[in-house]
Amino acid sequence: MLNLTVNGIAHSIDVDASTPLLWVLRDDLGLVGTKFGCGKSFCGACTVHLNGKPVRSCSVPARSGVGQAITTIEGLASKNGTLHPLQEAWIEHDVPQCGYCQAGQIMSAAALLERNPVPSDADIDDAMQDNLCRCGTYVRIRKAIHSAAAKIANKGDQV
Amino acid sequence: MKINQPRIFANPASAHLVATSDATNTVCGQINRRTFLKIAGISGGGLVLGVCLGGPSRAVASASNILASDFAPNAFIQISPDGSIVIYSKGPEIGQGIKTAMPMIVAEELDADWSQVRVEQAPINTAVYGRQSAGGSRSIAMSWDQLRYAGAAARSMLLTAAAERWGVAASECTTRLSTVIHTGSGRRLKYGELAEDAAALPVPGETSVTLKQRKEYRLLGTRVGGVDNRAIVTGQALFGIDQVVPGMLYAVYEKCPATGGSVASANLDQIRALDGVRDAFVLAGNGLTTELMPGVAIVATSTWAAFAAKQQLRVSWDESDAATDSWSDAIAQATALATKPGKETLVEQGNVDDAFEHAAHTVEAFYTYPFVSHAPLEPQNCTAWYQDGAIEIWAPTQTPDSGIELVAHTLGIETDRITLHQLRAGGGFGRRLMNDYMCEAAAISRHVGAPVKLQWTREDDMAHDFYRPGGFHSLKAAVDSSGKLSGWQNHFITFSADGQIPTSRGDIPDGEFPAPLLANYRLTQTLLPWKTPTGPWRAPRSNALAFVEQSFLHELAIAAGRDHLEFLLEVMGEPRWLQPGDDRSLNTGRAAAVIKLAAEKSGWGRPLPAGRGRGLAFYFCHAGHFAEVAEVSVDPNKKLTVHRVTVAGDIGPIVNLSGAENQCEGAVIDGLSTMLGLEITLEQGRVQESNFGQYPILGIAATPHIDVHFIQSDFPPTGLGEPALPPLAPAVCNAIFAASGHRARTLPLSREGFRT
Repeated sequence: MLNLTVNGIAHSIDVDASTPLLWVLRDDLGLVGTKFGCGKSFCGACTVHLNGKPVRSCSVPARSGVGQAITTIEGLASKNGTLHPLQEAWIEHDVPQCGYCQAGQIMSAAALLERNPVPSDADIDDAMQDNLCRCGTYVRIRKAIHSAAAKIANKGDQV
Repeated sequence: MKINQPRIFANPASAHLVATSDATNTVCGQINRRTFLKIAGISGGGLVLGVCLGGPSRAVASASNILASDFAPNAFIQISPDGSIVIYSKGPEIGQGIKTAMPMIVAEELDADWSQVRVEQAPINTAVYGRQSAGGSRSIAMSWDQLRYAGAAARSMLLTAAAERWGVAASECTTRLSTVIHTGSGRRLKYGELAEDAAALPVPGETSVTLKQRKEYRLLGTRVGGVDNRAIVTGQALFGIDQVVPGMLYAVYEKCPATGGSVASANLDQIRALDGVRDAFVLAGNGLTTELMPGVAIVATSTWAAFAAKQQLRVSWDESDAATDSWSDAIAQATALATKPGKETLVEQGNVDDAFEHAAHTVEAFYTYPFVSHAPLEPQNCTAWYQDGAIEIWAPTQTPDSGIELVAHTLGIETDRITLHQLRAGGGFGRRLMNDYMCEAAAISRHVGAPVKLQWTREDDMAHDFYRPGGFHSLKAAVDSSGKLSGWQNHFITFSADGQIPTSRGDIPDGEFPAPLLANYRLTQTLLPWKTPTGPWRAPRSNALAFVEQSFLHELAIAAGRDHLEFLLEVMGEPRWLQPGDDRSLNTGRAAAVIKLAAEKSGWGRPLPAGRGRGLAFYFCHAGHFAEVAEVSVDPNKKLTVHRVTVAGDIGPIVNLSGAENQCEGAVIDGLSTMLGLEITLEQGRVQESNFGQYPILGIAATPHIDVHFIQSDFPPTGLGEPALPPLAPAVCNAIFAASGHRARTLPLSREGFRT
């Protein structure tokens, strides 16, 4: 049995531990927000957090998630349902077209804001370059990240 | 054809619609376990889809939340006494925003409070809904009247119900934000309060309702966020790949990497012995690339078990009938043919030779563009459940209507045995006009007798596409002593499977630019043999022809020593429809207006620093007029930076301004991504690129600043999935010339040494 803690919930899963984390999340835990795009870490659609760091779940064996805090797009909002500022900004800027890559985009952006609360355009380019959007929503992804960063900064000021 | 007959039609007020559907659909007392779909996009609302147990496997809507007191005057609208309003979106959502745009049109005429509207994906039932496919940027144009009428008819009935209750004339009442208002007294009734009364009224005919004037619009033309945005950003199940049904198995399908090859032998016993594998078997297929080609299916207990087994699969292919296509050979052959006359003459108008003879300048050029793949980010997939001679299918498809026909043909069953649910698609771009994955899933489910989700790998997706065909154009054109374009000749070298007609979307259509604008024009064609399938890729034909024609036109402007803007406007000439009476044809007045607007907004003519340049291009397709100006810089090492792209378009009134701007931004990025580095090459019939490492979709860093401007003319609204894409490549190539003096005639630009 493989023991994983995903979005704060402990799971015991009967699965080969070498299975990529992506497929354990999707097929075994029903957390289908994390998407399969390429299977080779090229596209970023499968991005999740391991202890707050973005990883490509298609290329990480599930066993490497043991003992780690795994966060998926389903766990990004707070427990009471309040959306993460990035999720709000994505809605506000009407970012998605097909929407398939956006969970991975948001997870990469969330990790970026954790380590760099006020990223420049160049910082966004560095952090987001390998999250591919086939529909080409990059203009809005950039705006939404800046907008969420500003929102987080304002909240911080108020505190 | 069948299916998904919503119970909302059981409402007496919509008896005329019941009559159009298969009567056997309407009675179904039981909902089986398939009702309990885990897919939020379908089961999240009041309409739950299921099938009858023990009877014909047809889907109907369950009556779970739909009461007799609901007001459902047609298949698009359901208003409940509690005030909730559901609008059904009939078309496939593939990222073009139709699931938001179509219901907006209904809501506008209904005068519904958009903030209270819930949108649901409609069941597939072309008898009721008409066209249910997404292609050719036709969804808005073909549904505009139907959707407006649906909303207006319902509004009229609600208004009548209120007037009757108050005992006043309907003409004294008005509507706003899901409320009927008596203007004299100020009395108000919410739509929900009128639902039961309205349901008892006759549905007015199309000629007896009044549609709004454009100036009365409150919702259309505003910026509205996508209706699925919240579900998308919170990771809820929406897409085809997210579908789950009870007892489902997971399948992969391995086909010959060279189209047309069949299975000689495979290590099936070894595969069957692997962990999690339930079965492995050969399907002979029916030889149709659009349906079912030969291959090996592996069915397992998880996606990963199936993928892992596929890596162990060893197939010996019989390639006696397989493709041997080679892109490098094609380039060599086309290059050799470039200086020769075309094999057949397709168009000969005026006197081209005379124009060349009397020219002040002639220009000759050879243009090349490659095959490209659609590469939607969601690899092809489909869930299918064959049971007792009938099949239920869940698919992210652009053409659910034709998918049913193809599955029927593949399985040899009637279409009324097929139930299809359309799911949100993770990108289409034309790939999902084809339903090969649907036929494969259907055949695999029938073979194993269980529900299966077929999942292609990225490598499968790239190896088995219906590619945008590559092509070659050997051009010669002339400008006369007054600097006017005076003659144009194109020897088009393209591909053909049968030696008779070009491969799908590898043709030049009648009336292609600049033929209708020029007296002296000649088009000849030579076909090279080709077996690998091709097909429509976003803005089919136009996506490549625009690059060739609008780049070459710039070459001619340069040769004539004239400003490109002025030259292009002169070619357009006086304002007129090129096909009089057809408002989907090119209108040179609309063309000139967007060309001038793009030029103005981009600062055309203003000086730029050395190494920077602007390029202009116009293209008309899918009834949309678009001009774009790119501003680029090129350094001595051919590092290309696209700083800014200005888009000006006329597709008539805009339905959703946010969605429309998003489509244009996306078209610019898609165009840039494709022209910079995307190329599918084949050798021995095998696609050489296998994943994004070799097929580098553009990342965020190269994104230019994009300005979008619309001329919202009074012509009927048309679609936007495609027409903003074609002008991008020539605009960038013309800008590269302006910046560097280098004329790019080969795509992708990586072939000419450019990098970003």
